[in-house]
Amino acid sequence: MKDVREALFAGRNTAGKLVRRPISPFMLGSAYKPQMSSMTSIMHRITGCALGLGTLLLTLWLVCAATGDGAFSIVQAFLASWIGILILIGFTAAMFYHFCNGIRHLAWDAGWGFALPVMHRSGWTVVAATAVLTVGFWVIAFLVW
Amino acid sequence: MDKHSAPSTNIMRSPLGRARGLGAAKSGLHHWWGQRLTAIALLPLSLYFVVSVLILSGADRAQMAAYLGEPWNAVLFLCLIVALFYHLALGVQVVIEDYVNNEAQRMAGIMAVKAACWFCGLACAVSVLKLAL
Repeated sequence: MKDVREALFAGRNTAGKLVRRPISPFMLGSAYKPQMSSMTSIMHRITGCALGLGTLLLTLWLVCAATGDGAFSIVQAFLASWIGILILIGFTAAMFYHFCNGIRHLAWDAGWGFALPVMHRSGWTVVAATAVLTVGFWVIAFLVW
Repeated sequence: MDKHSAPSTNIMRSPLGRARGLGAAKSGLHHWWGQRLTAIALLPLSLYFVVSVLILSGADRAQMAAYLGEPWNAVLFLCLIVALFYHLALGVQVVIEDYVNNEAQRMAGIMAVKAACWFCGLACAVSVLKLAL
């Protein structure tokens, strides 16, 4: 045994057999039923990582604006193309989700909203708010464009 | 942990010896606080950013420079950039720590993410300052 921690990860199942304890991400599979808590949590991570990639676009946008008229018109044209708009729709949806679910996480950090009915309600509220904010943003965006 | 060896608790250690050193990490509170404080800061800042993007949609470079030439806009953009990239570096660090088991890969990944955040954050800040000044 290489690591003392290995002994801590061994336990007995109901039949008394010594088994390796399951570890969180590896529990995903046929034995795992998706729940509001786990799905909103993993979506928070996925949208966070997606927004991280989105900051590359933000960097490109600002650097091109600082570089010159030619560079900026290229990046603006790319963002206004159908693929650019598709990326930006994904970016705004991820941002509004991460924003709303982030408020939910801050509320949990403050000790509020742990009761299961409250958690389910706030989870669905996040999903609905993400949809409303994303659609609302793009309605306004196409109106002011 | 080796997935292929049979599970075993057969080690020459007392239960106390096994538990020792496996408690709180003793550090990391500043990471937790940094993540929360930047999250709170990003609530108004990201709404400001959304409004700015709507105002600047279809703008040319001169309009962009005029917008960022307003001192409050430049300051708010710089606040956004600092909070955003700090929050991003802390967040991706946790994701890497959770999913990358190999220690060398984990360290290299975290350092690469932090370097990328510094690089892009500084590029954004310098660009905003160049447009603003």
